[in-house]
Amino acid sequence: MTSISYHQHGHHQPRAGAARVPAYALPQRVSQGRVIRAEWTKLRTQPSALWAGAASAGLTAGFGILYSLLREARPPHGAAAVASFDPTAISLSGIQLAQIAVGVLGAMLITSEYSSGMIRSTFAAVPRRLPVLWGKVAVALGAVFAMSVPAVLVAFFAGQSILAKVGLDISFGQPGVARAVLGSAAYLALAGVLGVGLGALLRNTAAAVTALFGLLFGLQLLAGMIPGSAGVTLEKFMPSTAGQAIASVHPDPGTSLGPWTGLGLFMLYGIVVLALGARRMSRGDA
Amino acid sequence: MIEIHELTKRYGSVTAVAGLTFAVRTGEVTGFLGPNGAGKSTTMRVILGLDQPTSGTVLVNGKPPRAHAAPLRELGGMLDPRAVHPSRSAYHHLQALAQTSGIRRSRVDELIEAVGLSGAARRAAGKFSLGMSQRLGIAAALLGDPHTVVLDEPVNGLDVEGIRWIRGLLAGLAAQGKTVLVSSHLMSEVAQTAHRLIVIGQGRLLADTTVAELSAGHESLEDAYVSLTDDAVEYRAAVSTSQTAQTAEEER
Repeated sequence: MTSISYHQHGHHQPRAGAARVPAYALPQRVSQGRVIRAEWTKLRTQPSALWAGAASAGLTAGFGILYSLLREARPPHGAAAVASFDPTAISLSGIQLAQIAVGVLGAMLITSEYSSGMIRSTFAAVPRRLPVLWGKVAVALGAVFAMSVPAVLVAFFAGQSILAKVGLDISFGQPGVARAVLGSAAYLALAGVLGVGLGALLRNTAAAVTALFGLLFGLQLLAGMIPGSAGVTLEKFMPSTAGQAIASVHPDPGTSLGPWTGLGLFMLYGIVVLALGARRMSRGDA
Repeated sequence: MIEIHELTKRYGSVTAVAGLTFAVRTGEVTGFLGPNGAGKSTTMRVILGLDQPTSGTVLVNGKPPRAHAAPLRELGGMLDPRAVHPSRSAYHHLQALAQTSGIRRSRVDELIEAVGLSGAARRAAGKFSLGMSQRLGIAAALLGDPHTVVLDEPVNGLDVEGIRWIRGLLAGLAAQGKTVLVSSHLMSEVAQTAHRLIVIGQGRLLADTTVAELSAGHESLEDAYVSLTDDAVEYRAAVSTSQTAQTAEEER
């Protein structure tokens, strides 16, 4: 009798011959908020994603400081060059590299699940699937933004203190500067979401990273090769050129979209890729 | 309760399951047998809602597998015990799955203890032996205390103590009134754990019976199984030859 009551209460079960797994009668139900929490648990316990995040912050700050040092050594010559000199954008130039790191982070949130088989455990728990994709979008957006804000602030203030030695710095309070600095963090967060979309669409890390390079560097390069004004106009609308208009304090209307228009267009590219990924995730076999 | 009606599943030109119909009852352990490539894993993937049927229906506790609001309460499954992120700990693996349904952290601890992984829960799941991975997979399947449990080859890689543990576990789940479907290659194991049997070959149903019925007239369950599936193997050879001929003709 004693052993039976042990089994019923689920305490101190002997390992061999333990016939009963304790019951669980508390209410349970899948919700979007719960799936976001679960995805957050996965992100913070996935070392490869954390490394990609650290790499992104390091590239943002490190490359920004490096480029500021370079411009300090080689300041602009002539009135026109000084007028178009954008010390904010120079100190934020690290986002050009960091965008790849955060894109890889976003993609790996999904591709690592397909390569390990984890995706089947995930979909068994959330059989409607799409809440998983939205959960990953939410944690990529939140984590990358939270991590990028300190990185862009360090890049900006360190960069300005370097450029101050040749009197080319700008203060955070000047019009458009705070927008450019914090907007760069938003750009990186959206690049992370683009990575999530590519991960859902391609399911494979190598393919997603290749597509990421193609979208963020390739298209821009291709458009730049088209001679004349058509090439310049087209380049404005390419994903990374459009999105990085946000990092410029005074974007040149000839070569760049407005900061918010550009970031909006970049977000639209992300939404299109995400929609294609959602379609593949919800319809196919896992 | 699992009800499968006229299930067909094709992957490209390969038909894995062809018009399969059977039901798995509550309150008993049902063994799921068939030669390699018979369609067992495919059927289990469809039951879990991971793969979509090409045609036919699958109902788990009366609903399509992807229609449940509390999926872990209805259906727990283990198909591949290595389906974990290799560098995540067993504890965090289970915690993330539990969180999707708002299952308490204490339940995760409880199951880690119940499957005998207390000492290893904080270690990376990718470094687990196959036996430990099986225990982790079973813990994941049982997180929500599901009404229906589907396990693919759960005794693979387990030691004697582990096999005895699984036997007791499955009997206990059935005694609690759950629906339990377990595939296995080991006939002696099936003979000891299962009451009912579903045998398939070439994606078709060969027998929907009990262990006692199938064994009757044979020396052992294994003998009975071999004579039953021998025909399926011959049938498969005939089919694949004619399919090859057909493809060759189409290509011309």
